[in-house]
Amino acid sequence: MTATTPTNTSVPAARPAARKPVRLRSRAPHSVSSPRRSTLLTVLSGIVLLYALVPLFWLFVNATKTQSSLFSSFGLWFSGDFALFDNIARTLSYDDGIFGRWFANTVLYVVLGAGGATFLAVLGGYALAKFDFPGKRGVFATVIGAVAVPGTALAVPTFLMFSQMGLTNTPWAVIIPSLISPFGLYLMWVFAAEAIPTELLEAARVDGSSEFRTFFQVSLPLLAPGIVTVLLFTMVATWNNYFLPLIMLKDPSWYPLTLGLNAWNAQAATAGGEAIFDLVITGSLLTILPLIVAFLFLQRYWQSGLAAGSVKE
Amino acid sequence: MTTTSPPVAVPPPVDALSSRPVRRRRRSWIGWGFVGPFMAVFALVFLAPIAYSIYLSLFRTQMVGGTQFVGFDNYARAFGDPQFWSGVSRVGLFLLVQVPIMLGIALLVALAIDSGRLYGKNFFRISIFLPYAVPAVVATLMWGFMYGTRFGLVGNINDALGTSIPNPLSPDWVLLAIGNIVTWEFVGYNMLIFYSALRVIPTSLYEAAELDGASQWQVVRAIKIPAIRGSLVIATIFSIIGSFQLFNEPSILQSLAPNAITTYFTPNLYAYSLSFSGQQYNYSATVAIIMGVLTMIVAYVVQLRGMRKEA
Amino acid sequence: MSIRTTRALRAIAATGVVALGLAACSSGGGNDAGGDASSADDVAAALEEGGTLTVWAWEPTLTDVVSDFETEYPNVDVELVNAGTGNDQYTALQNAIAAGKGVPDVAQVEYYALPQFALSDAVADLSAYGAADLDGTFTPGPWNAVQQGEGIYGLPMDSGPMALFYNEEVFTEHGVEVPTTWDGFVEAARALHEADPDVYITNDTGDAGFTTSLIWQAGGQPFQVEGTDVTVDLADAGSTQFAQTWQTLIDEDLLAPVSSWSDEWYQGLGNGTIATLAIGAWMPANLESGVPDGAGKWRVAPLPQWEDGASASAENGGSALSVPAASQNQALAYGFLEYANAGDGVQTRIDGGAFPATTAELESDEFQGYESEYFGGQKINEVLAQSAADVVEGWSYLPFQVYANSIFNDTVGQAYVSSTTLAEGLQAWQDASVTYGTDQGFTVNE
Repeated sequence: MTATTPTNTSVPAARPAARKPVRLRSRAPHSVSSPRRSTLLTVLSGIVLLYALVPLFWLFVNATKTQSSLFSSFGLWFSGDFALFDNIARTLSYDDGIFGRWFANTVLYVVLGAGGATFLAVLGGYALAKFDFPGKRGVFATVIGAVAVPGTALAVPTFLMFSQMGLTNTPWAVIIPSLISPFGLYLMWVFAAEAIPTELLEAARVDGSSEFRTFFQVSLPLLAPGIVTVLLFTMVATWNNYFLPLIMLKDPSWYPLTLGLNAWNAQAATAGGEAIFDLVITGSLLTILPLIVAFLFLQRYWQSGLAAGSVKE
Repeated sequence: MTTTSPPVAVPPPVDALSSRPVRRRRRSWIGWGFVGPFMAVFALVFLAPIAYSIYLSLFRTQMVGGTQFVGFDNYARAFGDPQFWSGVSRVGLFLLVQVPIMLGIALLVALAIDSGRLYGKNFFRISIFLPYAVPAVVATLMWGFMYGTRFGLVGNINDALGTSIPNPLSPDWVLLAIGNIVTWEFVGYNMLIFYSALRVIPTSLYEAAELDGASQWQVVRAIKIPAIRGSLVIATIFSIIGSFQLFNEPSILQSLAPNAITTYFTPNLYAYSLSFSGQQYNYSATVAIIMGVLTMIVAYVVQLRGMRKEA
Repeated sequence: MSIRTTRALRAIAATGVVALGLAACSSGGGNDAGGDASSADDVAAALEEGGTLTVWAWEPTLTDVVSDFETEYPNVDVELVNAGTGNDQYTALQNAIAAGKGVPDVAQVEYYALPQFALSDAVADLSAYGAADLDGTFTPGPWNAVQQGEGIYGLPMDSGPMALFYNEEVFTEHGVEVPTTWDGFVEAARALHEADPDVYITNDTGDAGFTTSLIWQAGGQPFQVEGTDVTVDLADAGSTQFAQTWQTLIDEDLLAPVSSWSDEWYQGLGNGTIATLAIGAWMPANLESGVPDGAGKWRVAPLPQWEDGASASAENGGSALSVPAASQNQALAYGFLEYANAGDGVQTRIDGGAFPATTAELESDEFQGYESEYFGGQKINEVLAQSAADVVEGWSYLPFQVYANSIFNDTVGQAYVSSTTLAEGLQAWQDASVTYGTDQGFTVNE
């Protein structure tokens, strides 16, 4: 399942002079499967790397500045005072600690929303991969087709519907729409098709196991990397959810972090409001940290999951 | 699956209305037990609102005069609406420029990392992917601060180096500025999709190519790119859909550049303004439906072309 | 089989939604629960009895007012929610009214947006609760703004009579005199910018509120409303006078290309590159909290005049508190309104930095004698209160001003970034407003 066979661990046996398999690239003669390292390529890729990281560096540097030095110092380097911990403390305590509440809300939405979305996507992808049922083609076409419709077409009708059901201004208004992840469905479909041999399922059925038992005991363990991948991607999507919560939520105590930061930024634009750009920047830094940490720690899984199954040679 | 077809397979082109029931073994309803929960929530969250939108688009509500059925009047109006079409052409332009650039960079980086010729490829992989973890709101706020020509980074650079970088938030440059933000956000994500697809190409193919004396570049052209065709197509489709639905970034930048980003800058922004500033829910629904259909058509065409080349 | 299934599902969903939609459509529109026979006695009784009130407002000084109110009337529980500022609030309010649920009991509505809500009967007519007795309590501008036809649709909360806030240090440094007329303003603009190219007399990237206020000051009446009969004429004398003078500033690049309320704007106010602000009387609180670097450097002067020796002013911003018609606690809500805007709440808000709309407070010695430390000890309220009294009468906003303002930058705003002139931009704004008005069923004349 994991792409654990990098292309360079062994010199192909087809070489006329039989050699021992060599592990280190630099010792092997240069070939397609064990190329020499290229500085040029590294530099070019380095440019893309800088492009990706400079804004994040900017964010970090400016989170260490006080509001007045934000305005007067060079954007990409530190100012005289290092106010990072000060800023963090103020961010967490401003307005009776509402940032913490927003953080908790976001975690709630992510756990229930992403968790639920992954669950639905796993079930659905499994069905699409391993079963033939009436309407199967229609299912995926409909899902992709519906995703093509702009969110604005859905916003007001969904709002009206949800308020009839009494769901607006509650966490459910945010969680329920985030339960649908078409990309997750697709990913699970492909992954399940690859990772679960039909013979295994047949064997289980022959043994008299029900479909649901088979699913939980046989298929689910095989799907693990794919599940983690979908979970991570739906986590990012729910963590960063902005548009629909904007319409559904009116009570700031239910805001996710994205809405909260936006509200703080907008505060500067009101008569009598207090400009807190420094807190917006520090808050932004704190908002992206958990996701980055999650990605760093779970690297192994989502890479293999994205590889969508092992290749049978 | 075989060794030649892409592991990340694109499902065959489907058209729900023309699928013929195929007599196969094990064709039963049990599949619905699994896909049912997904479809149930889907119906509530997507199908119902879309149906309601379509319903809304056939009416007209006035502040003075109430609601009346107007049939396809709204659609006729949309087709003749210069603001709507300027928005459509803008996202069309955006799509034609930004998507190839972003996917191109993503592909090149994925190939570079996969080629094994980089120093520290793990670091590259994770770092270039990081921007994806940043919410659009935060990314736009950040870039918005940096784009400031008086006190932002652009201003700083101009002062320090004596250059005169034009104001990214002026009408001439704002689309490019937004394109930059979107590229920054998603290049890592697409890169990773391509990279993962590259990783599962069987090494036997490379061995065979080496036997034939192929160069790195030939390997890329003949083996790697064709092998990830499926991911390329899917990434393109999702990027196209994303481009047509462009909303978050222009909406957040609008307060910084109110004259450059009009209320009809993108079709989605137009639909939003119609609904929430103008109370014109019916016309807004019409605009959104038309955009949805347009997007579906383009995405379908891309998929067809992408898959046909495989033969 | 698949076709039928998908279609069947869709049909069921569609039917369900249509039913919901029709229900939503029919219940929107707000039946008032107040009844016809309400009066001031009802209000007093409601306050005694108590209950819960939901207030949607972004005005920060209301937090103190709410706690004071709850102390005074212990049976009443007030929930203060910041549902967004300006447009966000109106969107939320309209959504809630359309859905028929979640409508607050009190909502903060800016003066320019109030006619829109009044016309659609989305807010209750407060004359039923004795609001007419408050005639004379408020300054003319705001009091006029809350009335529509025969009804009173809100109580003024704060006001924004305009004045010229200027950075005295910058003017002294470059030896320029503070202008008293708009022609003088243009002269000063040239002088300042020539002395130091980084300094601008003010910033402007197109602001609907500012433009309409200046036209108001010039005596223009571009928007006239008689029920559902609307006239839009942005080429009348006042509008043209504004367009001509302001065009000069644009043509000669004398306006800082910085959007108000952005981070660059705050910086500019602090470091002297934006020398003046012609803006409403509520600005001092914002300067004190957002521009600490400017402490001691700013002063207040009367707004520059269109005619030498005149003393005309206009309102810029400011909001009222209204009671949505769909509220179930209208009498109680009115009690809160009265307290906050005509009772003890006024002083609480003044203490918090708000600029009141009540004549009593504005004319009081205490208020006018206040010496502002931020403004170098100047008695700023004298200037501001005088401005309130000088507001030109006869101004009205469109019954769809919220929409009109939202497309201001699409039309007039283009004059700031292209070769379109302000006059052409105003014409485009007029055309778009006329189209919208006609679309919405109004009879629109030009």
